[in-house]
Amino acid sequence: MTVTDNPTGGIIGQARLRKEDPALLTGEAKFMDDLVLPGALWVHCVRSPHAHATIDNIDTSAALATEGVEAVYTGADLAEDWAGPLPCAWPVTEDMKSPEYWPVAQGKACHVGDIVAVVVASSRYASVDGAEGVVVDYSTLPAVISIEDAESDQVVIHEALGTNVSYEWPLIPNPEGVEAAFAEAAHHITETYVHQRLIPAPMEPRGVAAVPSPHNGDMTLYSSTQIPHILKVMAALTAGIPEHKMRVIAPAVGGGFGCKLGVYAEEIICLALALRHGVPVRWTEGRTEAATATIQGRAQRQTIELAADENGKLLAVRATLLADMGAYLQLITPGVPLLGAFLFHGLYDVPLYSFTCKSVFTNLTPTEAYRGAGRPEATYAIERAMDVLALAIGVGPDEIRSLNFIPTEKFPYDSPAGLVFDSGDYQPALDRAKELINWDARRAEQAERQAAGAKTHLGLGISTYVEMCGLAPSRVLASLNYGAGGWESATVRILPTCKIQVVTGATPHGQGHETAWSMIVADRLGVDPDDVEVLHSDTAISPLGLDTYGSRSLSVGGTAIWMATERVVEKASQIAAHMLEANAEDLELANGVFNVKGTPGAEVPLAEVAFAAFTAHDLPEGLEPNLQAEVTWDPPNFTFPFGAHIALVEIDEETGEVEVIDYAAVDDCGNQINPMIVEGQVHGGIVQGIGQALWEEAIYDEDGQCRSTNLGDYLVPSAAETIDMKLDHTVTPSPTNPLGVKGIGEAGTIASTPAVMNAVVDALRHLGVTEMAMPASPMRVRRSIENAQGGAA
Amino acid sequence: MIPAAVGYTRVDSTEAALAALAEHGDEAKLLAGGQSLIPLMRLRLAAPSMLIDVAGIAELSGISVVGDTVSIGAMTTHSALEHSGELAEACPLLAHVASVVGDPAIRHRGTLGGSLAHADPASDLPAAVLALGGTLVASGSNGSREIAATEFFTGFLESALGADEMLTGIKVPVSTGGWSYQKFNRRAQDWAIVGAMVAEGGAGVALVNMGATPLRASAVESALAGGASSVEAAASAAEGTEPSSDNNGDAAYRKHLAQVLTGRALRDAGME
Repeated sequence: MTVTDNPTGGIIGQARLRKEDPALLTGEAKFMDDLVLPGALWVHCVRSPHAHATIDNIDTSAALATEGVEAVYTGADLAEDWAGPLPCAWPVTEDMKSPEYWPVAQGKACHVGDIVAVVVASSRYASVDGAEGVVVDYSTLPAVISIEDAESDQVVIHEALGTNVSYEWPLIPNPEGVEAAFAEAAHHITETYVHQRLIPAPMEPRGVAAVPSPHNGDMTLYSSTQIPHILKVMAALTAGIPEHKMRVIAPAVGGGFGCKLGVYAEEIICLALALRHGVPVRWTEGRTEAATATIQGRAQRQTIELAADENGKLLAVRATLLADMGAYLQLITPGVPLLGAFLFHGLYDVPLYSFTCKSVFTNLTPTEAYRGAGRPEATYAIERAMDVLALAIGVGPDEIRSLNFIPTEKFPYDSPAGLVFDSGDYQPALDRAKELINWDARRAEQAERQAAGAKTHLGLGISTYVEMCGLAPSRVLASLNYGAGGWESATVRILPTCKIQVVTGATPHGQGHETAWSMIVADRLGVDPDDVEVLHSDTAISPLGLDTYGSRSLSVGGTAIWMATERVVEKASQIAAHMLEANAEDLELANGVFNVKGTPGAEVPLAEVAFAAFTAHDLPEGLEPNLQAEVTWDPPNFTFPFGAHIALVEIDEETGEVEVIDYAAVDDCGNQINPMIVEGQVHGGIVQGIGQALWEEAIYDEDGQCRSTNLGDYLVPSAAETIDMKLDHTVTPSPTNPLGVKGIGEAGTIASTPAVMNAVVDALRHLGVTEMAMPASPMRVRRSIENAQGGAA
Repeated sequence: MIPAAVGYTRVDSTEAALAALAEHGDEAKLLAGGQSLIPLMRLRLAAPSMLIDVAGIAELSGISVVGDTVSIGAMTTHSALEHSGELAEACPLLAHVASVVGDPAIRHRGTLGGSLAHADPASDLPAAVLALGGTLVASGSNGSREIAATEFFTGFLESALGADEMLTGIKVPVSTGGWSYQKFNRRAQDWAIVGAMVAEGGAGVALVNMGATPLRASAVESALAGGASSVEAAASAAEGTEPSSDNNGDAAYRKHLAQVLTGRALRDAGME
């Protein structure tokens, strides 16, 4: 496929303010909790305070006597209300083990936050008051908290499965070759890294409302979700509601980062109770509740091995994961580690590759997708290990990378893991990032400080990355046993007055789809982007779609928009040709006017064509009235954005405090539709990735109690911790789609974590510190320095 | 994050507040800026049946400097302290400490009296008043009395205030000698993991979050009085402290930080 030589209309590529922002920023947008639903009942979930316990008895009498409480239900009470357990759509292997996951637990609670009863009341306050009256007798069981304990099977959480191991998934195209490479390699690096559990913490926690129409059987489900379309299918099946009677609406959604990419118990509970009670039933999540009720991210231990020759040229990469699924499998829990399975060799040209993942159950909140989902983990492992290899060889971290980059002439590149990288040109990004950070001068300053015996140390850390975006070719998803396709749908409709309606199935939750999609359409049609309205997030308006995750929206959904626009233009040009008595092939559309090429004055505005299509008084023979086209696009491949990030940190030796004092990022996401949105995505992503490196951690004690359940204890970086970042980009268009775009939603998060951690180790290496776990908290850093210096306090 | 049902009354004078307190007794809590009490209520860790809102009592808000004494109404907000030119001249330490409490939203609601009465050892302002050798004015049914800051903090979240008393004013001496506050935290709006406060050229040294109450670092003060250098004095900063352990630091790390931060505070305050 050829890349279109656009921008044609001069709108694509403009840094335009986001049209959705005024409503979002002023409170005009309606988020879940803003919905007014007269007569609605409120649900409060009674959750297990224990990580692992049998539920011996539930006494609901006091709760039922509480003013405003309408009903209290246990798991047993609702057992007949579910058509099936909560769905997992990604059984990654034929023999994957998956426990039954019911919306309300029956018999046993398997993590703190597991729902054991629900209180239904006339107000939210009454529902919480009532919940205080629910008395649950538990018998606690030994809790499995660490992945190592889980793997040992000394305590098996789900007895029916007989083991805590859910699945093992190998990807070893040439086992003998890998073994031989490691046996013969001049250098064999083995590193182990741990990705701590992260709490996604979007600004808006989750919320649900199910609104029934008891007489005609319709059911409308409102949810603060990333995936109204997928949710509609899954909720219909799980709650036993005919799909054609289900409508799902995602109101304004205050962020997701992957944690709203599931089918949650509370959604099914509200549906079931709305059916029972015949009135709207709603639930709003509290922040503290969200800490254990909403999925968490990352959570894996990685061992990565590099085989390299005497010069540092990679011969083989072997990655072995132990991944924490949590207590149950959510919608795509098992697949998350596999989204990184193909990328543990990073952007390096490596002939031999081996990946194995073993995933286990623990008595903790289920894990799932969190911004980057699998790719930050893979990038972290290879980028940290490359620094270790550079040391072993005795070259700089920049040099080891340049030596091993996939050469530009090898694209499209057949990766050792079986992918085809679409396009890439890696060295210019690294060169530019070094320039932005002033690499040589900073290195010199670092050496000067060390020589002077300063107590504040500088460290430079590089992270170069490639990721796979544009989820996804449906056939590839089939080969991974994923339960759905990866296409996206779009409708473009030119209204009689030449205003444009666009319908997208890629549901936004803060990304700026309305702005970007309207720019794509306006660019092609030659209209003002403000004359293009983008409709989304309601399955009655946008019946078909696969929603937003995995940096897929632009490369899949945006391409569908582009193609639907092209199709509308084709039809309009037939009408224009009829009006001009010319051949459609001789027409071109520029600045909103059809003209006959080479014949000045022979022209008709698109607006007149649109009105003619509406009146249908004089259309070409056989042509249907109106200008509308619908396209569903299934991409032929993933896209592979890449880039180079460099962090400069300063570490206070006495306190252990790490401060990122400079940061350079050069990202290549192919052609850019709106560079301002690209920058915003990179800014936010970098800060979120630094969050993992320095601050964020879901802290659990040995009993499985979460000790970081509010934003005072769970350290999400704030504006005050955010630094000025030096951004630039290169442009290597993707040949995978006609827009030449790749995706940028997760790049910052993928790249910044290893950049900062490499910088931390770089700053302390001369003190004898060789490794640092995440987050690099002041106490951890201080202890590492003390330990390296012989335990002096 | 949904509090239990609670009664609410708003009063506009100290007299009315004390009357309401007498009427509702143990069931009542005084509500000032609400920056500590409301979160506790939302978590249902506190469930008073009556809130007496004293934040709007005009006579309890304001800063005045008379002679050598700065008098501050208990309902004066952190933001007012932070932005007072008068306070910046008379007691720059207190103005500075107020400016690093939480974030701007918290500082516009939170009050000096509320912070002191809550007596959180991790809060910034109690240690400042302690380092400055301040005095707290309490009013009750039997009139008002003055309590030295050194006598005020009696235990974790406990003060010398009687059940029928409310804190109405704070007095600190005019203090323009060398001062410093070294607050160590991981994010700008967080409580101090440890904080070290130096007032009046080392005459007062206090520690934040190093025990159940805000503390005077008396070993440091005596060492300085005995002629010790800042380095020597700071070495004894953790002496006699029993800090807690939490996500951000264990007791040993806190003791280490107390020494580092006290040394920095002393040097920042101009001591060799």
